Amino acid sequence: MEQQKATFAVKAGLAQMLKGGVIMDVVTPEHAKIAEEAGACAVMALERVPADIRASGGVARMSDPELIIKIKESVTIPVMAKCRIGHFVEAQILQALEVDYIDESEVLTPADEAHHINKHDFTVPFVCGCRNLGEALRRVGEGAAMIRTKGEAGTGDVVEAVRHARSVLGEIRKLQNMPEEEVMALAKELGAPYELLLETKRLGRLPVVNFAAGGIATPADAALMMQLGVDGVFVGSGIFKSGDPAKRAAAIVKATTHYQDAAILAEVSRNLGEPMVGRQVSSIPDADLIATRGW
Amino acid sequence: MARIGVLALQGAFLEHIQALRRLGAETREVRLPAHLAGLDGLIIPGGESTTIGKLAVAYDLMDPLRDFGQTHAIWGTCAGAIFLSRDARRHQPLLRLMDITVERNAFGSQVNSFEIDLDVPALHMVDPEGKPYHAIFIRAPLIESVAGKAEVLASLPDGQIVAAREGRLLATSFHPELTRDDRFHQLFMEMAKSD
Repeated sequence: MEQQKATFAVKAGLAQMLKGGVIMDVVTPEHAKIAEEAGACAVMALERVPADIRASGGVARMSDPELIIKIKESVTIPVMAKCRIGHFVEAQILQALEVDYIDESEVLTPADEAHHINKHDFTVPFVCGCRNLGEALRRVGEGAAMIRTKGEAGTGDVVEAVRHARSVLGEIRKLQNMPEEEVMALAKELGAPYELLLETKRLGRLPVVNFAAGGIATPADAALMMQLGVDGVFVGSGIFKSGDPAKRAAAIVKATTHYQDAAILAEVSRNLGEPMVGRQVSSIPDADLIATRGW
Repeated sequence: MARIGVLALQGAFLEHIQALRRLGAETREVRLPAHLAGLDGLIIPGGESTTIGKLAVAYDLMDPLRDFGQTHAIWGTCAGAIFLSRDARRHQPLLRLMDITVERNAFGSQVNSFEIDLDVPALHMVDPEGKPYHAIFIRAPLIESVAGKAEVLASLPDGQIVAAREGRLLATSFHPELTRDDRFHQLFMEMAKSD
């Protein structure tokens, strides 16, 4: 048999290898090295962390390929990069750069307000955000090989990450207890592909790896998301907007592994310096919310 | 029945546990040295080898894992194979239990990850029919060379080494835990119990 590349097993398989790990936003090769040294299982290469995107406003786009190439050269762990929702040409460019994963991300300004990218067309795997089970399975239907709950990026407020994780995981629990004849009506209600709902019911979890993102700023936040039942965490602004990024990054990695061990969580939470300056999600006007982008 | 631990610092440890349970093994997640007590064997899963290595150092697992490997079976898949190796051609924590040299990310980035059928004669021990083994490689390492008592178990069609064994130590570049074919887990359970 010949080699087969870019199969779904291979795309979803890389996400399996990231589980129990922390994926960190980095904006320079130096950040990327700090993240790798701290034990990150992958980095997300971008020009500005979400907190800065939020602060500066304007249109947020794919990063300069030069930056992505430099970051790729600086580490051995997988490198992810973001494209705008629906911007399949940005995705083609990221694929040509051979990034390891593409995040079709609501953190950037959407390029299409009705459609996401047909991710089956690509050899690079995609991760996409979701707030609920319907959104997660629509993205999987489009070819996403990994899901992350959205949270509210750039806030340092974990409340939306909790809301979205509870929503996805709670809907899966309801689905598991539902007789099969009710699944079609649920598919209609959630706008989720019927076959994927059946598969989710059979597996008792999403058919792909599910990380949490958006607002995670402390080791306790990471362990909270892990105890709620996600497979790993993305930390964006929380690390490099804090007082001591290297120390905080290593502490969040340890907290994600030892998420059930409160003694270790207490130890790693000590003396981390200033956390990022947070912004309460409830104080943000609806028009400025990022998580509502995505369809 | 064999008691097999799975190093659960980071990576695809749950998939190994599920495979072991399908075969009736008793399993345990290993995160701290005390969790090794009473185990017959240990699997080090795929994941990021730098992450796994740093967490093993941070929680004082390096020497306990080396001691365990002197007297017990250990199997490393992908990142786990790197972690078992003597040399990975770069500076990172390694157990150096197996006399193999590995090259990390030998095939390049994720777009070059692949699946392929392998002929693995060592599996005849658990499967006399000797069907080909369908292997999944993800940002996989190659085993550049084996030395001393280490022997080659499987190679790609071009001869590059992707599985090796040294006594009760086993290393595979690919991921049996991502398939429903449990023959490698069966083989490892045999290795863990033979005394």
